[in-house]
Amino acid sequence: MGLIDYLRLAAVQHALVAATLVAVISGLIGPFVITRRAAFAVHGVAELSFTGAVAGLVWANNAVLGALLGSLVVAGAIATLGVRQSERDAAIGVTLAFGLGVGVYLLAHYHRNASAATSILFGQILGVSTGQIVLLSIVAAGVLAAVAFLYRPLLFASVDPEVAEARGVPVRLLGLAFLVVLALTVTEAAQIVGTLLVLSLAITPAAAAHRLSARPSLVAGLSIAFALLASDGGVLASLTAPDVKTSVFITTFSFAIYVLARLAGTRLRRGRRAAPED
Amino acid sequence: MRAATLRLGERDLWRGLDLDVAPGEFLAVLGPNGGGKTSLLKVLLGLYRLTEGSVEVCGRRPRRGSDLVGYVPQQKAFEPDAPLRGRDLVRLGLDGHRWGIGLGGRDTRRRVDDAIAAVGAAGYADAPLGLLSGGEQQRLRIAQALLGDPRVLLCDEPLLSLDLHHQQATSELIDRRRRESGTSVLFVTHEINPVLPMVDRVLYLVGTKWAIGTPDEVLRSERLSELYGTHIDVLRVHGRVVVVGAPDAPHGEGAHHHHERDDDHELEHADGTGRGSSWV
Repeated sequence: MGLIDYLRLAAVQHALVAATLVAVISGLIGPFVITRRAAFAVHGVAELSFTGAVAGLVWANNAVLGALLGSLVVAGAIATLGVRQSERDAAIGVTLAFGLGVGVYLLAHYHRNASAATSILFGQILGVSTGQIVLLSIVAAGVLAAVAFLYRPLLFASVDPEVAEARGVPVRLLGLAFLVVLALTVTEAAQIVGTLLVLSLAITPAAAAHRLSARPSLVAGLSIAFALLASDGGVLASLTAPDVKTSVFITTFSFAIYVLARLAGTRLRRGRRAAPED
Repeated sequence: MRAATLRLGERDLWRGLDLDVAPGEFLAVLGPNGGGKTSLLKVLLGLYRLTEGSVEVCGRRPRRGSDLVGYVPQQKAFEPDAPLRGRDLVRLGLDGHRWGIGLGGRDTRRRVDDAIAAVGAAGYADAPLGLLSGGEQQRLRIAQALLGDPRVLLCDEPLLSLDLHHQQATSELIDRRRRESGTSVLFVTHEINPVLPMVDRVLYLVGTKWAIGTPDEVLRSERLSELYGTHIDVLRVHGRVVVVGAPDAPHGEGAHHHHERDDDHELEHADGTGRGSSWV
């Protein structure tokens, strides 16, 4: 079968839609993840979506729904335990450790499909059902709307919290809202690339964009574009090599973009530094 | 402010404070760490409520996010990879507190350009913020604070960690603004000397005690000895004020070192850049 024939398959179409949805929202929140130094939160939430997914499988035979609901619980737990910024990482570690334990316990009670667990960890993009696409779309639309609404004050609170607070921006509340948005996004991404590889969509594209520009709108645009390139590109590439998992291609493309951006960015910054007088 | 008292936790920061600031007045707020200088600004920003007494800014109670008040924080360098340019920082002062994406029209752009030009930062406003020097960042901070056209400008140690040249440039910008636009300035500092020629009055906060008046009235040995409750010498050296013998925190006000991690000695020192400990 050629590429065109593959594109007629429902499974492939579903995979591309899912990859696109996830790339857009991951690319969008990525710059905030970097500015707010929330990479560990991404990792923690992603790994804990494993627990949520297994719980979903055990009780409702629906991993996506379980992971999404679980991510809200995780966001709540991290926010409650890590009220102060300095406690945040410890709170994530504590939640992560316990949550994974719960996940392992639940997995012992799930006997129906042994490959379901590895799919959760490394992605199951070619097995996305229509129902899951609908659910993913609804959540993605919600995340998009929320980030659009929060955008300016969230940027203010992320780069300049002290002055933002003085200007009346509810910095603490925005931190909590961001955590919820992040949890939902990461959980969605985990459905596509798997919990272990989420960082390649939620951080790497944004990190690459940061090397290339300091204009917030351009950073967001580039970050989304890079995420789309890695995600959809990964799905298409995996069609040509069926025995390699899609997530391998996604993480490889994502990393390649980052390396290129770093090389280009170093030259860009050197040129810029010469420009402003001191 | 009338009979204003602020209590945080178990401790009164200041008690019965009466303060009037005229339009265009430059008021320096001095005193040791933990004396409630920053808290005074937070009351005026509407972030803290007074425990007793009343406070009004332009006839209204302070409200979070009010356009009447502009705020310049301590100079704190941005990360080199901060994802914004100088102009983006300035613009956040205009509409960063509003919801939505805010594409920003021609009017927004013009106001941001004007504010940047007014502080002489046009040459580097499009460069990444993290690559600018502390002095350049602080100029942009002032543009950011002035963008809302505030009636009162609150500055919290805006000169800290700037070199002498940038200290001068920064304080001159603030001075020009209040002369041209009648903006009142409350300038929290532990270094009176860089701004001494511009200061109309001084508010000195020590423990729960306070003194207010012109620099000549307040910065005298008897007055400060009275405030600190110990012997203090105020010297004038080449038009500069040097305070000798001030303890780094007032006695008898309970243990409050944990409020401020920075236990540097808070003195006005003669060299304008060195640390105060050499004078103790």
